[in-house]
Amino acid sequence: MRAAVITFPGSNCDRDMAVAIERISGKAPLRVWHGDASLPESLDFIALPGGFSYGDYLRCGAMAANSPIMRAIIDAAGKGVPLLGVCNGFQVLAESGLLPGALMRNAGQTFICRTVKLKVENATSMFTSRHDAGQVIDIPVAHHDGNYFADSETLDRLEGDGRVAFRYAENCNGSQRDIAGILNAGGNVLGMMPHPERAVDAAHGGTDGVALFESVFESLSVA
Amino acid sequence: MKVRIHVSLKPGVLDPQGRAVHHALEGLGFSGVEDVRIGRLVELDVADGTTDEALDEMCRKLLANMVIENYSIEKLENA
Repeated sequence: MRAAVITFPGSNCDRDMAVAIERISGKAPLRVWHGDASLPESLDFIALPGGFSYGDYLRCGAMAANSPIMRAIIDAAGKGVPLLGVCNGFQVLAESGLLPGALMRNAGQTFICRTVKLKVENATSMFTSRHDAGQVIDIPVAHHDGNYFADSETLDRLEGDGRVAFRYAENCNGSQRDIAGILNAGGNVLGMMPHPERAVDAAHGGTDGVALFESVFESLSVA
Repeated sequence: MKVRIHVSLKPGVLDPQGRAVHHALEGLGFSGVEDVRIGRLVELDVADGTTDEALDEMCRKLLANMVIENYSIEKLENA
């Protein structure tokens, strides 16, 4: 399995993401810098980590979405390479147009940093197959701008097509329809505000994030 | 040529920041404020002859997020 973690200036969860991938897949991911114009050959999995890429200038994720490496990532996603964006990574995916909608300032105006309960809405995707539908898991959030917004048509389409992967069991940030994570139409791109890579070690408070990585890596070994 | 790009939230998009500022204004005793919406002002200094199409494209591709924001372009010809 060849995985890559992308680092933008201001990313701060890239190492956590790399540690989680190595722990669960047994192989350390490649590390890719945002200024690179191309990705390593034949990648099986790409992760966009959390953080504050480009200092959140203009809008969260807006600058990263236009960085050189994103052209290669959009290309890879179009070819079906599994792509996970967590927190700032989700914001980058939304800004780049790989996922619909936008992440706005939390409704309560405050930065939220705590473990929340997430409901697994779709347990058939390549990212969630090791979960049961309706399962409630504990995953940390740490964001100021996680308030998911899309127009009602888009929301209806996401729900109708089973593209809502996770919902907040209790809405912590004002997200429309409690949405915490969504899939693209092809099912190979997942963006989510909560941090599964921070929930892979019991010593750090829980291991409910492991199943997501296991799901993706299992889908790769089957494919 | 100086250009001002005004970026504002679309009508109907909740603006928690604007709401908080609205409360703060009321707290300061300013009555009669019906609503507060917070946007962004981007000032550009562009080459003369920059087309409206190019300015539009800058807004749509980067300066505004068309999912949640509108923009308007104000050209300050003599600035």
